[in-house]
Amino acid sequence: MEYSGDARQFCDRVLERARECGASYADVRILRRDNEEVLLRTGKVEHLDRNSTYGFGVRVIVDGAWGFASSPDVSMETGARIAEEAVKVARASSIVKRKNIRLADVDVHEGKFTMKYDVDPFDVPLEDKIGLLKDADTVLRQNEGVKLTDCSMEFWKFREVFASSEGAYIEQEKVESGAGIMATAIRDGDVQRRSAPITSGGDYAAAGYEFVESLKLVEQAEQTAKEAVELLSAPACPSGDFTLILEGSMLALQIHESCGHPIELDRVFGMESSFAGTSFLTTDKLCSFRYGSELVNITADATLPGGLGSFFFDDEGVQAQRVDIVKEGIFSGYLTSRETAAELGWRSGGAMRADNWDRIPIIRMTNINLLPGDYSFDELIADTPDGIYAADVKSWSIDDKRLNFQFGTEVAWEIKDGSLGKMYKNPIYSGMTPEFWGSCDGICDEDDWRLWGVPNCGKGEPMQVAHVGHGTAPARFRKVRMEGAK
Amino acid sequence: MIEDKFGKIRALLELALDYSSADQTEASLMGERSALTRFANSSIHQNMVFENAVVRIRAVFGKKVASGTTNRIDEDGVRTLVDDVISMARLQDENPDFVSLPKPARPLPDVEGFYAATAESTPEQRAEAVRSVVEEADRVGGTAAGALSVRTYERAVKNTMGVDSCYMGTSAHLATVVTGPDGGFGYAHATSGNIADIDASALGAEASYRAYESRNPVGLKPGEYECILMPYAVADMLGALAWMGFSGKAYHEGRSFLCGKLGEKIVNEAVSIWDDGADKRTIVSPFDSEGIGKERVDLIRNGVANALLYDSYTAYKEGKEPTGHAPGGFSGNLIMAPGDADVEQMIANTKRGVLVTRFHYTNIAHLMTASFTGMTRDGTFLIEDGRIISPVKNLRFTQSIPEALQGTEMIGRDLKLDVSVLAPAIKMKKFRFSSATEF
Repeated sequence: MEYSGDARQFCDRVLERARECGASYADVRILRRDNEEVLLRTGKVEHLDRNSTYGFGVRVIVDGAWGFASSPDVSMETGARIAEEAVKVARASSIVKRKNIRLADVDVHEGKFTMKYDVDPFDVPLEDKIGLLKDADTVLRQNEGVKLTDCSMEFWKFREVFASSEGAYIEQEKVESGAGIMATAIRDGDVQRRSAPITSGGDYAAAGYEFVESLKLVEQAEQTAKEAVELLSAPACPSGDFTLILEGSMLALQIHESCGHPIELDRVFGMESSFAGTSFLTTDKLCSFRYGSELVNITADATLPGGLGSFFFDDEGVQAQRVDIVKEGIFSGYLTSRETAAELGWRSGGAMRADNWDRIPIIRMTNINLLPGDYSFDELIADTPDGIYAADVKSWSIDDKRLNFQFGTEVAWEIKDGSLGKMYKNPIYSGMTPEFWGSCDGICDEDDWRLWGVPNCGKGEPMQVAHVGHGTAPARFRKVRMEGAK
Repeated sequence: MIEDKFGKIRALLELALDYSSADQTEASLMGERSALTRFANSSIHQNMVFENAVVRIRAVFGKKVASGTTNRIDEDGVRTLVDDVISMARLQDENPDFVSLPKPARPLPDVEGFYAATAESTPEQRAEAVRSVVEEADRVGGTAAGALSVRTYERAVKNTMGVDSCYMGTSAHLATVVTGPDGGFGYAHATSGNIADIDASALGAEASYRAYESRNPVGLKPGEYECILMPYAVADMLGALAWMGFSGKAYHEGRSFLCGKLGEKIVNEAVSIWDDGADKRTIVSPFDSEGIGKERVDLIRNGVANALLYDSYTAYKEGKEPTGHAPGGFSGNLIMAPGDADVEQMIANTKRGVLVTRFHYTNIAHLMTASFTGMTRDGTFLIEDGRIISPVKNLRFTQSIPEALQGTEMIGRDLKLDVSVLAPAIKMKKFRFSSATEF
């Protein structure tokens, strides 16, 4: 890295200058982020891109208010200038404030931490990556009904230094890898698609290239193509109230939207109200509100190996933790920062992350997980005389307090007499969050539990894209409103 | 100052082109200096300044293409990137659909979008603007949240086919949500290249008035209603329409709602929609990410689907000229033709309907019918017999956009700029609200 050997000296200088200018608190983050994307579209490499960015950001509290400034020039001279600019910005913030910022106490850490992986994806020859995608693409397009294909993989490497005026000095390194395939079938004005292993570019993990190989994209391609083409002839999903079993990746989105976002304590306190909205999970509901049925246990766990939302320390230097969010159906906890935790008299749960060096950390999901139940998948289907099984994300929308939602899935199947039956297209289900989770009466066990990686969670202004995880097993919900377009 | 800066940028990009051994090379630079002051609960809670510049290289050997970016924009950084991209491109398979990097398609529009007032605005000025909004919220017993952002940016593209485009512009955007007493919410925003055009007090007053008027909302049974969409909601709807259909790439791949409908009447003849990067009422944008001058494209003319947006990849593949809308046929300056009505006239002409200030979290419901779903937000009202009779709790809608526009009855004479969409208010015969929420 460019700052090798000088990083601590650089950070010390920045923090010293911030204090000299009047900061009561300061931290500095240096980040180098490397990225590689490969997209094979209908047999042709349409996108082959390598991106690298490097810089630092300084966050300060002056006169009880926040300021932030950043630069791509990681030099002593610029470091001091940016510290001064952050202080100036903070002083301006203090012009419009109702109270002073308070930070919850934190244990001060020092050290270097590297997340384990087997194969550095940036060392894997490009020919191997393109070759794997071409093999999957070839199988997808062997089905003549498939008109478009998308086969992609993407990799990131993050190397980050965090230092604070309280004495923290933490170096972290993390590699992330992922891939996916999608088949699109088009006929007579109808467009249908199927994805594997999950839509929106595939599944991701904090892992090396070995994770991409484990996804078995080529092996999944034939079935993915077949289902996309079959959807063209499938009847529309019926309308009405149904027993609904959600496949794991669809449930990951359900958790993301109806649990992950409303437990962000900055949203609860109105700090995102003009943009993403607020939350129905207000602090008066803590430890008393019935969020779901007694089967529903949800955690926020940044310590899970391989999780896209896993790390050693968040971007405030708070150690990664596992936090109970819903215990036996009762709403029990939040994702927090040092500032928001202090409002509740808590210590931070460690959920502050920034997506780049020129962005401020905000509260982000870690790995938000529905803990497994005790059904096998076959048992859950067999235990359902009449219902619908819906899989893979197609469309999503939820209100600004995270209550009224409507999600579309790529595909659904009828469940009749405890067996999967005919396929349905264009399924949409909708509901209100507590009623939906309150109707959960079956969750599959650890054998069907999987940690999904979602690399595209948007929040904040300017928009920051976080990489988060969701552990799920298929689960069953009663009396869910469904409809399907012709 | 600008010419001096352009000279340095051109020299850096020229260095990349000279250094490259590829058959064709494109070098582009995107630089910005930005600031954002966010506020919530009537306090500034996030306040930042940031600057960055990124060089992008695209290299072509025959029909092998690769690209990459770096924010290390000195000579060594650019040479390293060129080497890296060239090594990737050599390893590539040929893409038979790729024809060429673009040649200049038309003269660049002669537009000026740089405003010193925006570029030189200070954190203190932005804080004072926020204070103006907060004071308006105080008047109705509410609290204000929102963001004031300013941006100064450079765009430059050079390629070995003769493209040589440079531009520097500014933009400013202020948006606020006021939370009023008794469950009321109000919203207002303004976008301009010149921060001096943004009247923070007026926006604060608009949002505060709506927050006060929307207090104690009542539940409304979902169903089909006459509907007035304020420009904020129309801009969201038109953005969704563009996403689902105006891209030439999507059209030729068969995944646009316009497939098979070009030349046909798809919405009410009162509706005309176009994209024009040179329109000074928008944040002007003379060229796209490939440096190709933006053509005004009449997408829907008097209700008829008329034309599409192209980047060079799809245009050349389909034997057409790029329109200046890379990447992928992206609309950046969408404009809907105004009518001659005002919102008061629309309300007066409504028997029983819903007035929507703004949408939230819109998304595609069904691509080929151009149906979208989302929630209303920050001021939704029931109209009966020509007057607003009550604020209502927010509603979910699921609606085909062409069907809604087919029922256009009145169009507002005033246009409002969202970030990239210039839109009027519209009164429509019917709009389908599919469910309700609790607030």
